[in-house]
Amino acid sequence: MSGPIDLTAAQAAEAIRSGGLDAAELFEAYRKRAAADDLNAFTWVAGEAPSQAANSDAPLAGVPFAAKDLFCTEGVPSQAGSRILEDYRPPYSATAVRKLQQAGGALLGKTNQDEFAMGSSTENSGYGPTLNPWDTTRVPGGSSGGSAAAVAAGLVPWAIGTDTGGSIRQPAALCGIVGLKPTYGAVSRYGMIAFASSLDQAGPLTRDVTDAALLLRHMVGQDPCDSTSLPFPEPIEPPTADRLDGIRLGVPSELSGEGIAPGVRECFERTVNLAEDLGASVDETTLPHAPHGLAAYYLIAPAEASANLARYDGVRYGLRVDGDADLMAMYTKTRAQGFGSEVKRRIMLGTYALSEGYYDAYYGRAQKVRTKIAQDFREAFERFDFVVTPTSPTVAFTLGEKLDDPWAMYLNDYCTVPVPLAGLPAISIPNGLSEGLPVGFQIVGPAFSEPRLLDAAYAVEQAIGFDGSEARA
Amino acid sequence: MIDRAQVEHVARLARLALDDAEKDRMAHELSGVLEHIEKISELDLDEVPPTSHVVDVTTPLRADAEQPCLTQEQALDQAPATQDGGFLVPSPGAAPA
Repeated sequence: MSGPIDLTAAQAAEAIRSGGLDAAELFEAYRKRAAADDLNAFTWVAGEAPSQAANSDAPLAGVPFAAKDLFCTEGVPSQAGSRILEDYRPPYSATAVRKLQQAGGALLGKTNQDEFAMGSSTENSGYGPTLNPWDTTRVPGGSSGGSAAAVAAGLVPWAIGTDTGGSIRQPAALCGIVGLKPTYGAVSRYGMIAFASSLDQAGPLTRDVTDAALLLRHMVGQDPCDSTSLPFPEPIEPPTADRLDGIRLGVPSELSGEGIAPGVRECFERTVNLAEDLGASVDETTLPHAPHGLAAYYLIAPAEASANLARYDGVRYGLRVDGDADLMAMYTKTRAQGFGSEVKRRIMLGTYALSEGYYDAYYGRAQKVRTKIAQDFREAFERFDFVVTPTSPTVAFTLGEKLDDPWAMYLNDYCTVPVPLAGLPAISIPNGLSEGLPVGFQIVGPAFSEPRLLDAAYAVEQAIGFDGSEARA
Repeated sequence: MIDRAQVEHVARLARLALDDAEKDRMAHELSGVLEHIEKISELDLDEVPPTSHVVDVTTPLRADAEQPCLTQEQALDQAPATQDGGFLVPSPGAAPA
């Protein structure tokens, strides 16, 4: 049976504008599904539709959206998946959230995530893991796993997440939806609870590429509250390309061969052939420093995190554990109880990498690797319009499978992590199933190439013809 | 690669209280991760400039003008303890020896 839940967000907005669908009814239909969520995708669900949902003339026409828990939402719990921020209700909203609300989006809920976005499975949440709607014994990926699972399961039409090393693209891939990490600076970071400030970027998680373009259109723009944000150079229009004539795709040997599961590689190669059928020219390229991306990332991101997370000390907000009248004991006990084990591990790693005697060998070298990775991409884009890779080396793994081995977990980010190190935009689109589970196809473009990236992704999406309705059943 | 004494030193810098079991596990796990990270020491990076940030912008300035901001009440609203319009914490001078 076909109902409003079967409409994409763009279709729903159009139906509301033309009078065929009532925004309040749509909100309530999703609200009921989200409230009955058995995937633990949500950390908070609205009790009723916000008043602006009635504004059907606005571009987003009252269509509901969900935001990852780490987006500050005024008066609404914003916990970043951490017990140290349990029931924290900020006095203001993140710019990305506020812009979507101003465009007529209605906040339906906040979604579960790895604590402070540190993880690739959403198992590191202080509020329990989220389950993958394709197979509830498996993880949805992470760290934006709640957003990805909620969109895939049809508990919300679309959602926003954040990507630091792959946290939008990898869960999108593992849940069979579209995830886009914009160019660094395209979307304001104001009001995003910070993980690694030189890498963090907000972006859409959606059912299809058209929805990703529509949501992104209303997220981008320079913000006086984020001095690293930049004006987006052109409007983001709905994608329309059905061919890839004249488009040159580079396949980096380092990110498409060794370490990629055979079933994932098979899906990848099939889609590369499909792109050729659509008129693209495809050739091998090289990103010689990309294999060192993980090492650089797992120094830079924890180093920045160790500084960003210094603010959680039990003084101004969040948890406080009594230190028996001793200020230092209050700090150390609050942080010991409030942070989970992965967050502690990364704070320790980052503090170590920045500490006297180790700075040059670790953090300093990692920053140089970052320069080399950005250079590799620049050289590739002299010959190619886009670089394509699998999004994740494997399909969704089972809950608990990688929890005891941090590096095995970090390897999930192998194909996604070089991209934010270079500040580039990339999209993951559903690329069929392997072992009955979704696989992602990643397209990476030069800075601020999102309109072209979305067009290319749209053409490939139409040719693949992926059907994600099974996860919404 | 990282021993227990180093873990204790770094935990002190990071203001984290770790129990004995956590210290041992942290030493083991961090050593394991650093073993993979060490691979970047094989690269020749002598002439390479570091990248701290990918966006090529200079520090933007705004007009030095009054703007609306959070009220004192809003700023204190989520605090675990307040007194006389400020955040209340144990006195740093009153720490036991």
